[in-house]
Amino acid sequence: MSQIRELLDCFKKVATCPGKIVREYREKTGKGAVGCFPVYTPEEIPHAAGMLPVGMWGGETTLRLAPSALPSFACSIMQSITELQLQGVYDSLVAVIVSSPCDTLKAMGQKWRRQVPCIQFAHSRNTKIDAAADYTRREYQSIRARLEAACATTISDEAIQTSVRIYNEHRQVMREFSGLAASHPDLVNPIDRHMVMKSAFFMRKENHTVLVKALNGLLAKAAKKPWEGVKIIVSGIMLEPVSVLEVFKQNQIAVVGDDLAQESRQYRVDAPEGADPLDSLARQWLSMYGCSLIPDPEKSRFSLLRSLVEQRGADGIVLCVMKFCEPEEFDYPPMKAYMEKNGINLLQIEIDQQIQSVEQIRTRIQSFAEILRAQRARRASIAQL
Amino acid sequence: MDKSATSREMLDYYLKKSYADAAAAKKSGKKICWATSISPCEFCETLGIHMLYPENHAAAIAARHGAEDMIQVAERKGYCLDICSYARLNLAYADIGRSVAEEMPLPDFLLVCNNICEVVIKWFENLSYELKIPLITLDMPYNYGPEPTERGVDYIVAQFEDCVRQMEIITGNTFDWQRFNEVMDIALESSFWWLKAMSLASANPSPLNGFDMFNYMALIVCLRGKNGCRDTFRKLTEELEEKIRLGYTAFPGGEKYRIMWEGIACWPYLNFTFRTMRNSGMNLTGSTYPVAWALEYDRGDLRSLARAYASTANNSSLPGQIDLRVRVMREYGCEGATYHMNRSCKTMAFLHHEMQGAVSAATNTPFISFDGDQSDPRNFSGAQFETRIQGLREMIDQRRQARPGREGEL
Repeated sequence: MSQIRELLDCFKKVATCPGKIVREYREKTGKGAVGCFPVYTPEEIPHAAGMLPVGMWGGETTLRLAPSALPSFACSIMQSITELQLQGVYDSLVAVIVSSPCDTLKAMGQKWRRQVPCIQFAHSRNTKIDAAADYTRREYQSIRARLEAACATTISDEAIQTSVRIYNEHRQVMREFSGLAASHPDLVNPIDRHMVMKSAFFMRKENHTVLVKALNGLLAKAAKKPWEGVKIIVSGIMLEPVSVLEVFKQNQIAVVGDDLAQESRQYRVDAPEGADPLDSLARQWLSMYGCSLIPDPEKSRFSLLRSLVEQRGADGIVLCVMKFCEPEEFDYPPMKAYMEKNGINLLQIEIDQQIQSVEQIRTRIQSFAEILRAQRARRASIAQL
Repeated sequence: MDKSATSREMLDYYLKKSYADAAAAKKSGKKICWATSISPCEFCETLGIHMLYPENHAAAIAARHGAEDMIQVAERKGYCLDICSYARLNLAYADIGRSVAEEMPLPDFLLVCNNICEVVIKWFENLSYELKIPLITLDMPYNYGPEPTERGVDYIVAQFEDCVRQMEIITGNTFDWQRFNEVMDIALESSFWWLKAMSLASANPSPLNGFDMFNYMALIVCLRGKNGCRDTFRKLTEELEEKIRLGYTAFPGGEKYRIMWEGIACWPYLNFTFRTMRNSGMNLTGSTYPVAWALEYDRGDLRSLARAYASTANNSSLPGQIDLRVRVMREYGCEGATYHMNRSCKTMAFLHHEMQGAVSAATNTPFISFDGDQSDPRNFSGAQFETRIQGLREMIDQRRQARPGREGEL
């Protein structure tokens, strides 16, 4: 038990002090960090260059400079990133890599104002044809070339191949962690779970894998205890700030699975093994599914969530819609209809990294938890009859 | 169509006809395609598929003051008010099937091309999911650099070929590549005459009341692959050239200031914004719309077609967007610019800060920005617009005073 707590605290330390981690990495290795914007940036490429790929998912910060650069109706993550950028927080990075799956990110790559090189790229948005794999592979090749220039180094195929293997192993370990955390809500609360996920953005993945494996080993051996609270699946771009997770914890709500871009979505699909590592990464992109940022007229995200609810015995879903994120906002109405049709409880909350007070969210979460508890009690009493 | 008809009469005739033809086609079992505004019309046109454009339809609903009720239908369904109002309007229309604008038959399939924004990907995805119909995607990778890359062009050409295959399956007809070349000819001519007519706004005084451009635009959006579109803009060119010859201006009260309008119109307030600018003697002579549909490519060359559709203004990098606006300001003799901070259009609005500063510095002209929305009437303040226009006028006057003689030129 104490070993588990020690490990969880270790993840928390990493997740809450990224600046220190980047500094230490630079001092220890002589290599720098590469900022990776959300979402689906092929981190394997900077990793293969010996860099520390760090996730850039904004953070809790007061917007002082950002309003002069970005309209108020841009999503909360990009507001934070703009603020931190203008404060010079990212100036120590070697480069930043920016994907372009939405209009906001397209603009963000163009609006980059610092000396740090900005490497923008565009995934294929039509994932149904073979030519998309070739295009994406060549786009990744362009990332490699621009990163080589920024890092003044070469990135070999072999090095990327090794990184692909490291990342595949990490994905597998993270998927296992998600399952084990769901079995032990008494040991891994929603904040702990998030910190394990988030810390992956600030560690070399081979090192993160070692730590998560150790945690998984301990969780696998731990006795399963009945959970008196409710169990939910969370979906969306991300579930922060921690004050919102605190509300989950206080209300005995266990997060038993997630469909968050910042968490499990990135671990859903491995890169297939192959001779050309950039082709492997491109094919991984084409295999990804169930995300608001990946075009999908079938909306496989909904059936994926339904399966997750069933597999993990969840009482409902909390959809965490990032404020001003149109891809997520478009998914809500059909998702609501789908979940209603399938008898799955769904609560939508709005995520804002700059949120001043969580009281409105608290009320909604409390009410949702009460509804779920009442349903569970009703089901239990029917079962007894 | 009567040969003596004016371009305005031709515009009305062909637009009404296109909706009527689509309704008749739907009744007779022919295929209807809903498409995004700068998607390649050439493929559908070749196969005789009737194309309709939800963006244009949404604009028409908003201009006829029918937006608010429909938007609320979408919002009751759960669509957030932050979502593009064209999308909210159209998703509501797909549900209820009627509006204050023309009847737009429901589609048999969809064609989405993201060379204007990424929102259309989600919007059409939802239509496809709700209506249970095929969605054909033409992905035009974002030009974060100066121009489309060769890898991007290879990928787009492969999508064109796949698009043809899918359309053949949907219609049961074989794609006629000879007919395709003919359609390309018509579309190229339509684009040519559209740009030619619109570029006459550069004359001093302009023979074109800039808000007329917003009206004529419907035709280049909806009927670019048809003879009627080409003929209308050829006629309009003749009319405008005649007006220039006579020194006539369509701008009532005379043109005192020439302005660039950046962004989509505020359709619910088209008349109000026009009157406010007119009362200040401002004519909207500059816009990026003329080049938006001035698609130039080599007939019969899919790679050239791919480059043309991938190079739209909205799909361009920030330096490209700035260059375009500087060019517009100079070519159309604009002394100032209004930037529409459009709540519905993140693609355009999010680069405004950088664009405004750079364009203003390069052309030594002032600008104003106002809050609005292309079709949600709740996101616009008339008083703010009036004040900003007044401010723009004062800034231009100040600059003129600093450069005596400028007023006399106008």
